[in-house]
Amino acid sequence: MFRPKTRYVALPSPRAGVGEEIDRLICPKCDTSLEPARLTAALGVCYRCGYHFRLRAPERIAMLVEPGSFREEDQAITATDVLGFTDSQPYAKRIEQSRATTGANEAVTWGEATLAGHRLVLVVLDFAFMGGSMGAATGEKITNGIERAGQSRLPLLIVSASGGARMQEGMLALMQLAKTSAALGRLAAAGVPYISLLTDPTMGGVTASFASLGDVIIAEPGAMIGFAGARVIQQATYETLPDGFQTAEFLLAHGMIDLVVPRQELPAVLRQLLDLYAPTAAAPGLQLQRQAKKTAAPAPAVTR
Amino acid sequence: MSDNGSVAAATWEQVELARHPDRPYALDYVHAIFSNFLELHGDRVFGDDHAIIGGPASFDSRTIMVIAQQKGRSTSERAMRNFGMANPEGYRKALRLVRQAERFKFPIVAFVDTSGAFPGAGAEERGIAWAIAENLVALSAARVPILTLVIGEGGSGGALGIGVGDRLLMMEHSIYSVAMPEACASILWRDIARKVEAAEALKLTAADLKRLGLADEIIPEPPGGAQNDYGQAADAAGAALRRHLKSLEAIATDRLVEERYQRYRRIGATS
Ligand SMILES: [Zn+2]
Repeated sequence: MFRPKTRYVALPSPRAGVGEEIDRLICPKCDTSLEPARLTAALGVCYRCGYHFRLRAPERIAMLVEPGSFREEDQAITATDVLGFTDSQPYAKRIEQSRATTGANEAVTWGEATLAGHRLVLVVLDFAFMGGSMGAATGEKITNGIERAGQSRLPLLIVSASGGARMQEGMLALMQLAKTSAALGRLAAAGVPYISLLTDPTMGGVTASFASLGDVIIAEPGAMIGFAGARVIQQATYETLPDGFQTAEFLLAHGMIDLVVPRQELPAVLRQLLDLYAPTAAAPGLQLQRQAKKTAAPAPAVTR
Repeated sequence: MSDNGSVAAATWEQVELARHPDRPYALDYVHAIFSNFLELHGDRVFGDDHAIIGGPASFDSRTIMVIAQQKGRSTSERAMRNFGMANPEGYRKALRLVRQAERFKFPIVAFVDTSGAFPGAGAEERGIAWAIAENLVALSAARVPILTLVIGEGGSGGALGIGVGDRLLMMEHSIYSVAMPEACASILWRDIARKVEAAEALKLTAADLKRLGLADEIIPEPPGGAQNDYGQAADAAGAALRRHLKSLEAIATDRLVEERYQRYRRIGATS
């Protein structure tokens, strides 16, 4: 049932060595065999059924921001095995494997970038790195990003994709929920806007901290979002779960998020939000808004 | 038995003590340590959650605000308390009490005792994660002293949802974990029977948290555990709460809130 590999798609990325070379891709939702070139042109959205494949952090960043504008911070911060945790294999080994397969040192990448003429702080979680789980280094990088947004008074965009707190770091991981939330409390008090984008999947401790604290919360269609997993709920309660339980659309219907936005429309919606919440002389809202309407063709932000 | 095996067995003993059915629960401590406790009800949104209780009480000459996770002892009370697993309404009631405590300058004393937030369809529909996250923000910035005392099980985000504060105190045989050992074993080992190993690996005992610099003080329990002498356990807990509250009350509010921010900020900091 859980086939993470088939849920990813490799889009052209400015960073070499990231993503897998795949000839054909089967859509996990409609079982169509998809052509990678067409899928890439569609930003990793199945051109038959609209299924949103998971994106790696570099791909997400390239898709969202103006080419060459992203300046990564804290690239060197790496997870450490403080507890000496070993399950079926040592945590230290899992970290090495994730670093090798993703080319990143942690499950989160952050930096300043430009989006539709707005400078902003962009924080992107990567589910491919240990399920996007939040350990101490992850929480540290996210908090650094939040604090930068506060210090520089730049709007904050966090793109979440995570299974929750990283169990291999025990309580040090759990405390990152408090740390990131406390930092967001200060950001909110300072009046700096925070947009939270939830992507498939966003679960557990990440949902119970920074992901659900956005001034505006957006989700991609079909993304699974929640606290406890459906399997855990069924084992605990024997409840029959409603159709579409914990999907983005379910959360919208229950008043938990503001918008469900298809990936192709994200750049235009983010531009509109930034124009509204962070108007600047460099990016006067109305002008850009009119331009956006004229040129809001399918894929404005794919680079290279 | 190997060294590793015996260490794990000792850890498991701690887990079982933390969950001992005769162990004192939050109300046992509240009634023994404070006077005049008046339980308030409801989140003013949807309902009243009996897994999280709270209200004002007298502690020496001051009023404090109690927020506590409450387990049940009889079969019917266990069901009524939902086995100490709160729904969003419990966290929202707690939030209401945090706001009230700030308004009237009541220090907050939180008793943590839950295996986790309730994993239910209704809890998800009503935003359990949203409710917990709001509490993390509110508690981290609340302009009153906050003492957190783990009396039994501290399970995951459900515990942290009332557990952010200026001091973390733990009863000697309490545990606090990112995930309950059973859940951890079934996810990482794909075998719930490996819960004993998981418990050891998670570093969840009071002594572990003290070593990690997360818990400030371990409160000694009567020989064999708190279930053997409620009075003695409550006396020790009350004395520790009194001492820590006194030291927090001496700190100016701005500094108190800044120190609380830094307390969490430095967990896992790289520099
Ligand atoms: Zn499809």
